Amino acid sequence: MAAKLKGWKEIPEAGTIVEPGNARNYKTGGWRSDRPVWNKETCIHCFFCWIWCPDMAVQVDQANKKMTGINLEYCKGCGVCAEVCPKKCFTMKNEKELTNE
Amino acid sequence: MAFLLKDLLGKDKILTSGHRLCPGCGAPMAVKMVTMATDNPLIITSATGCLEVSTTIYPFTAWDTPWVHSAFENAGATISGLQTAFLAWKKKGKIDKEVKFLAFGGDGGTYDIGLQALSGALERGHDFVYVCYDNQGYMNTGAQRSASTPMGASTTTEPAGKKSIGKRIQRKDLTMIAAAHHNAYAAQSSISHWQDLMSKAKKAFEYEGPAFINVLSPCVRFWRVPSSKTVEIAKLAVETNFWPLFEIENMKLTLNFKPKERKPIIDWIKAQGRYKHLLQAGNEPVIDEIQKEVDAYFDYLVRLSSI
Repeated sequence: MAAKLKGWKEIPEAGTIVEPGNARNYKTGGWRSDRPVWNKETCIHCFFCWIWCPDMAVQVDQANKKMTGINLEYCKGCGVCAEVCPKKCFTMKNEKELTNE
Repeated sequence: MAFLLKDLLGKDKILTSGHRLCPGCGAPMAVKMVTMATDNPLIITSATGCLEVSTTIYPFTAWDTPWVHSAFENAGATISGLQTAFLAWKKKGKIDKEVKFLAFGGDGGTYDIGLQALSGALERGHDFVYVCYDNQGYMNTGAQRSASTPMGASTTTEPAGKKSIGKRIQRKDLTMIAAAHHNAYAAQSSISHWQDLMSKAKKAFEYEGPAFINVLSPCVRFWRVPSSKTVEIAKLAVETNFWPLFEIENMKLTLNFKPKERKPIIDWIKAQGRYKHLLQAGNEPVIDEIQKEVDAYFDYLVRLSSI
């Protein structure tokens, strides 16, 4: 999952990281054991899941001010979104069961 | 002016996805809310702690802005140095942006180890914001006791057992210590109240001089709560008056939240595994003592706010 590591000659002095936000290349989705399944129909686009998601994994359409889904490449499956949702739009489903389905 | 979530969309970019904090961690929520409260470019430093080590595992960084590593004890000194260098550059005409300076520290790096550096920075009056994400223990190394650990909580260095109730003494009131630097803006907030936290962060960024915000940011792992309960447990802390929301500016205290009917502290205690020994028979006096302290502290804040 991790990108190819650099050799010591390619590393900047003092080991500084010169590419801001490159942790995006590190996908944390593999940590997840429960997946939030979003019900689009009942969503009222209040963005509570977006403000509280600790992994910035809630995807939104900025122009139309709509929630569009969960980025499963990063979602760690903590279930905070399911708890804070006032309309209970999320069902936490076990990854293993989802795979079996 | 109040924030509207729909106007903030797309601004959650300072701390990116791909950081390696635990599922359900409160710290990234605090970072997200604080950094979204300003439109200015940010330069950030973090004291050693969960947030620092989990966001910058080499060769990755989850910070989409200049970020400086700091040791455990000197986030306050690092941020004052950065801000002073910025002023010098500005004077020389090398930079024309209005940069804001922000430091993050956990409760270990703020209440205990970094307190003198923070106090020095507040006293010297540098223009910066210091945010303490308070998870009430040294959670990064496996839940050792800190000055912020509340009475009765079990930690690995002060575990509950036959002769022990966990931590025997009350937590340190850091927000008031910060407020004792009278030139500083000091506030206490919680990740469960995003509007409150963001308004305070905005005020802190706009404040000319040092600002300190103490944010309750639950550690689901070592408070022994399910990872989905982060927000709920933080909310409970506010509703039981365990963690009052207030701010102090120009030596005037404002209470931002006063529950209509405060919930009993037992609600907060029984929700967390780190307190589970307190529910055994014979430990009722401890719970009573915690309740008494919580009420006395809230009364004290009410008195200060109404003068």
